Formats: sequence, structure tokens, C-alpha cells
Amino acid sequence: MSERKFRQVGTRPIRHDGLDKVTGRAQFGADYSAPGMLWGKVLRSPHAHARIRAIDVSAALAMDGVKAVITGRDFPDVASESQAGGEGATDMRDLALNVMARDKVLYHGHALAAVAATSARIAEEACAKIAVTYEVLEPVLSLDRALAADAPILHEGMRASGDEPLPKGPTNLASRREMGRGDVAKGFAEADVVVEREFRTPMVHQGYIEPHAVLARTGEDGRSVVWCCTQGAFMVRAFSAKILGLATDMIKVVPTEIGGGFGGKTTVYLEPLAILLSRKSGRPVKMVMTREEVFRATGPTSGTHVRVKMGAKRDGTLTAAEAVLVYEAGAFKGSPVNAGMMTVFAPYKLANVRIEGWDVVVNKPKVAAYRAPGAPMAALATETVMDELAAKLGIDPIDFRLTNAAHEGVQATYGPKYRAIGFIETLKAAKSHPHYRAPLGPNQGRGVACGFWFNVGLSSSANVSINEDGSALVMSGCPDIGGSRTSLALMAAEELGIPVEHVRPVVVDTESIGFNDLTGGSRVTFATGMAVIEAARDVVKQLCARAAQTWGVELDSVRWEEGQAVATNGAEGKHEPLTLRKLAARASATGGPITGRASLTARGAGPGFATHICDVEVDRETGFVKVLRYTAVQDAGKAVHPSYVEGQMQGGAAQGIGWALNEEYVFDAKGVMENAGFLDYRIPVASDLPMIDTVIVEVANPMHPYGVRGVGETPIVPPLAAVANAVQHAAGVVIRELPISPPRLLELLEAAR
Amino acid sequence: MARVVFAAGLRRFAGGAESVEIDARDVSELLRALYQRWPALEKRLSAGTAIAIDGEVIPSGEALHEPLRPETEIHFLPQIGGG
Repeated sequence: MSERKFRQVGTRPIRHDGLDKVTGRAQFGADYSAPGMLWGKVLRSPHAHARIRAIDVSAALAMDGVKAVITGRDFPDVASESQAGGEGATDMRDLALNVMARDKVLYHGHALAAVAATSARIAEEACAKIAVTYEVLEPVLSLDRALAADAPILHEGMRASGDEPLPKGPTNLASRREMGRGDVAKGFAEADVVVEREFRTPMVHQGYIEPHAVLARTGEDGRSVVWCCTQGAFMVRAFSAKILGLATDMIKVVPTEIGGGFGGKTTVYLEPLAILLSRKSGRPVKMVMTREEVFRATGPTSGTHVRVKMGAKRDGTLTAAEAVLVYEAGAFKGSPVNAGMMTVFAPYKLANVRIEGWDVVVNKPKVAAYRAPGAPMAALATETVMDELAAKLGIDPIDFRLTNAAHEGVQATYGPKYRAIGFIETLKAAKSHPHYRAPLGPNQGRGVACGFWFNVGLSSSANVSINEDGSALVMSGCPDIGGSRTSLALMAAEELGIPVEHVRPVVVDTESIGFNDLTGGSRVTFATGMAVIEAARDVVKQLCARAAQTWGVELDSVRWEEGQAVATNGAEGKHEPLTLRKLAARASATGGPITGRASLTARGAGPGFATHICDVEVDRETGFVKVLRYTAVQDAGKAVHPSYVEGQMQGGAAQGIGWALNEEYVFDAKGVMENAGFLDYRIPVASDLPMIDTVIVEVANPMHPYGVRGVGETPIVPPLAAVANAVQHAAGVVIRELPISPPRLLELLEAAR
Repeated sequence: MARVVFAAGLRRFAGGAESVEIDARDVSELLRALYQRWPALEKRLSAGTAIAIDGEVIPSGEALHEPLRPETEIHFLPQIGGG
């Protein structure tokens, strides 16, 4: 457990941006405007799969009020090149073709032209006047169809990569990879019980409340300024520059407040279009997606088909595990199947394991990162099979997991050995929680499930400067989605020894701070926090030097203690302590303003583990599932601001419950999404859920100065299986497909009668 | 000698070896030695790969100058990002 005593870290101050947000003053993406601004609208494909034979924009261009029209022909040809993004590596050519189609449209809603006009209405009317000639092709809407021998091919030039056996010619299989170790056949032969099951999950959306929005303004010098809601201002700059063939320094990105992203804002959609329209028209251009556009044309996560087989001895020891994961990538390669492979058995000690992952393109929107991308669907399979194995062996499901739980020194199923991790601690905390022993009524059931996520480090920069009155300013370049501003302020306050209310944290643009990777991978409090700690320590070093100078002593005769320089090392009592306030007031006389800086690539992002308990009640007449009680237990390493850690745990659980019970993209036979709105795409609302209880476990990450681990993604990994296991126990049915919506459950209940 | 462990899918690019010991001061030296021995491995590891050095997972492009201790254990993994 974390042993260091903290004064600020671990407290729960009101967030610095809270007042602006609850009073409506905070400015989100769509709140920005500029004099002379035009409105941009996108023409989107009415077909899920078609060749573009011709586009005639003349009628649109001739309309009064239309100032610019762009199509794929206005974009440079972008070479295939891998660049870091939300799902790991993003192919820039694919991204460019996703932002604006060229020869082919690959999903219903794919952008193929955009218009800038003096009003949104004129822009929409102009889009309607663009004449497009299509050769409509059969849409590929399922994994089975995509992999059939006679399937229409989305990308004629694409060849499968990875591990043999692979198809030789054109294919919709983007890659097939294998990993594993040991002897799986021998492991299964040693098992007393073997369970093998298949699962299907539908494509689902992140469901962030704020639609994508951008304002772009280009000056006479060709430089563009972009205001947008994004998880990564530097990512928008890099991706837009690459897609438009511009130098990076021709674009400045100002991140606005962001109304949710969950991974879905780790890429670009509107930004390159707005920049190009602004360059072409010479006017600022604003673009805001409708909710329908968000569903049809921005990143959902993969629909999946997963098969898992696991074996165990009578004493509960796992002997072998095997998984085949087949994930939809959407219209372009790059599903999160690799992460699915690496996480599917990650919580458990397994000597014999074999994992296979398939990345498959289909005529649906290109998937984008979604909170622990790829892991929840994999965990659904593993954790329901674990539940069934425990039941067959007559072992308590938490005890069964404890028998097999990974701990420090265990070789993870994805390769390396774990350092200090807190999985066992989450299981023990769950088992001793009153929830686990609470009685259940008729038609009620309890499910347990666990989850793992890597967390990442990547690059961060931070500045800490001291104001004249001794207060501090913390600057970072990572958009604040989950309260990270206040967490960064807490870490600066901890180092400086001043109240957090005297620290002002700000998120700045791409020209005001060194490079920052995006807000994703649960990395900001961990990695940018590390940069803030380093920058604040730089400040403290300078403050001590100023005190030494003032007192005429050596630097080693000064130490920093509770917000003031204190004489030490033989100089005790000879000098009155110098507070930060006093040192700040004298800064100009002792060497000038005091600013600390740090830029680093953070190493040592400790993995996160969670154990969730879910109680449900099933209505046998309607198939409705009510979540009665839910407890999420997670190792946070060290919770810098416990309320925001709890908020992440509750939010992840809520999203996962929605995924389990209701959410799905419903496509018609032509590949048109039929439920592209929150009325028909049902995310949980407050009245659907009980208060979600949380237990924060703290097993310090030895690689972070405070022991911090990322916490944002792990909590969405267990809920799919926790809910499925609870419903199975409550209803006596076997869940193999999500969502467990009333019609699907009713069907299962009727079949069981 | 650093120990490189190959996951199932990689072994066919490394002559079927499950692991190999390489004398190298840093990751770039180690990769050079591996590619010299098994040229096919270079293409397989070039796209979207991360390297785990004693459990620390690092994108391969960032890892080239990472020093290696004699008993270091290396794994190659698919690169992952996050949401």
C-alpha cells in the first residue's frame, strides 16, 4: 500500500473549472465564433458501399452565399504511413480517406464533399445540390460475410498481414496474429473441467454528449488557427497537417472544453475540412456535427465475435486457455483486436495459452478508440467462462479467481512479467464488501467479473510558474476530460507546499507549451502529473537557491518545508524562514521570475485491475433487467483526487452496463444505421441505475513518484461480464450475445421454459 | 546477455526459436543483431510493434536507445494506445 504521507494529494477540493461548467460559462467546441464566419456542412454518402463515378459541384457553387466547396480532389494524395493515435498506430492514408472519400464510399455517412456558406441553411441546401454519380456495390455488414470466399472486397489493394495462414489475394482480412506459450493441448488434457463458448457483441458508440465541433480561421499568411473539442490538440495539428500536406507550424490548435470523448476524440473528422474550407474561402469556418452525424460517421467500437476455451483442475487451478478474437475494424483496417488479444487472459496465471486475433474491414464507420479499446469484449468472454468454470467446480467465483490471480513476478499472458500490481487486493476487497454477502430475492442474481488495462505513459510537457503573490500557475497541453486539471494542481501544491486553491491549472494551445501526446490511455494524471511534479521540483530548487542567495549560505544549507525555505545543515535558527510569498515578492531582485519546466516521456505506467459486483432483477414477463446494486473495486495506485477516481469508476461502470443491456448499432440490409439518435440508441440515464458504490484500493505504482496508476479505462472492462453473469444467475439462461435487451432476454426465457 | 522471448506468432520468423540470448548494449544493437540473424523478422516487427523491457512496455520507435542489462528480458508486443 502507498506509505508516503501527503498533505494535498488524496484530498477532494472543488475542481478549478467547476464553477464555469455549472454556470454555463465554460466554452465548449460549438461555443466559438469569429467575425465574418461561414458555416460548413458535409455531404455524406447515402450508400454503405459504392464507387464514386462523378461529382458535379457546379450547382452548389453557383448558389448565393456559397463561398467554397471541397471534394476529395482538393486534398493531396497522402502516403501510407503509421502515426501514433488513439488505437495505437493510425495509417495516415486511411485517415485521409476516412475524412474525405476519393474513389469509393465505404459506409453510410462517409464524407464526400463539404460546403462553406454564409448560413448553415444555405450550406445544407448547397450540399443537396451536389450531383454524385454512384456505382452502388453490395455492402459487407457482418464478419461472416466479410470473410466469405465470395465477399465483395472493400479495398482492392489490401492484403492480409501478420501470421500465416493468410489469404493470398485481395481480402477483407486486414491482419491475423497469434500469441501464446506453453502446450495448450497438454494443458487441456490435464484439466478436469473444460468450458468453451462463443460470444458476439455489436458495434457500439462512445456516446459522448458533446458532438464534434470546430472553428478554423486562416490568415493572409496561410497560417490556420483551429478551435475544437478534442482529446489532443497536438494530434489535431499533426493529423490535419499530414492530411492537408501542410507544415506543422502552419496550424495552431486551441483545445476548447470537451464534453466527453472516451477515446472517440483521439482522431480527426471535421478539423481538416474546416481548415481547407477556410483556406479556400479566406473566411473563418465553423462546423458542428448533428447527433445523427456523430453516430453515422464517427468512431464507434468494434462489433466482435470471440471464442474462448479454458480448462481447470478440480482444485481450481487453470491449466490452459485459448481464444480466437475476430473484430470489426469498420471501413479501414485497425480494430483494437491486438489489445483484445493482450488483455483477454491478462488477469490470470496461465502456463499454456494460445490467442489468435483477426482484424476485419466491413462497410461500417471506421472504429475509433473507446475506453480500454478492445478489452471489454474480450473480458466478457473470459469472465463468463470463468464464472461457468467456478460453478462447475463448486468454487466461489472470487475464490476461483484468487486461486489463479496474477501478481508481481507472474509472466503475463501477453509476455512480460508483472511488477507490483493490485489485482489480488481488488478481489479481497470485493469479497469482504457487504455487497457480496447481501441476500438476494426471487428473480435476482449476482455477477462478478474482473478487468485489466495496461495504461500508457507517452510524452508530456508542463510548466509551473510562480506569480508575484506566491500563487502558482500550472500549464499543460492535455485537454481535461475527467478532472485532470485539479489533479495536476494538487500535485503542484504538494511539491510547493501551498494550498491547492493557490494553484491555477490551465490547459493551453499548441503554441504555448512543449509537445503533449493526447489525453488517452489513462495517462494524464500519471504522465503529465509526473511532468508537473518535475516542473514543481524545478521551481523548489530555484526557490531554495534564492533563499541561499538571500541568506548568503550554501544551497545545501536550505531545505523546502511546508511552503517555505528553512535554514538547515548547521544554519538552523540563524535565519527566519522565507515563505513562497516572500520569495515571490523578491523574485525580481534575486534573479527574475521563477518558472519550472519539464518535458518527458513517462515510463512505468502501472497496469490497472478491477473487480466488479453486480446485482440484477429480471422481469420474466417483459425481459427487462433492472440493475439493483453495483460495486466497483479498483487499484488506483494512489488516488490523487479520490472523487475523480470514483467518478471514473462510476462512469466506466455506467457505460459498461449500457453496453451490456441496451446499446447497439442497428443496421438495415443496406447498411443504414436505423437508430442514429439517443431516443433509439439507448444509453443509461440516471434513473436507470442505482448509486454505483466504489472501493479504491491503493497498491503503489513503484514507477511513479506518488505511486499513481491511470484509472480512466479499467472500469469499463468488467461490467459487460458482471451484468451477463448476474443475468445468467437471475434468469437461468445462457448469455452469448449483447445487448441483453428485453426482446433478446425474453426470447431466451421463452426458450428455457 | 539479454534474453529475447518470441510469442507464438513470431517464432516462424525466428527460425522456430522460443527465445534467444543476445549480447547488446541497447535496443538498437539488439535489433540489428536479430535482423542480421533473421532478416524476415525486420519486416514483421517494423509496423506497430512495442517492446517490453523487463515488463516496461515502450513503443519500438521510442525504445532504440534504451540500455540493456545483462539479464534483461525482452518481449515484442503489438503497439496499443488507449481511449
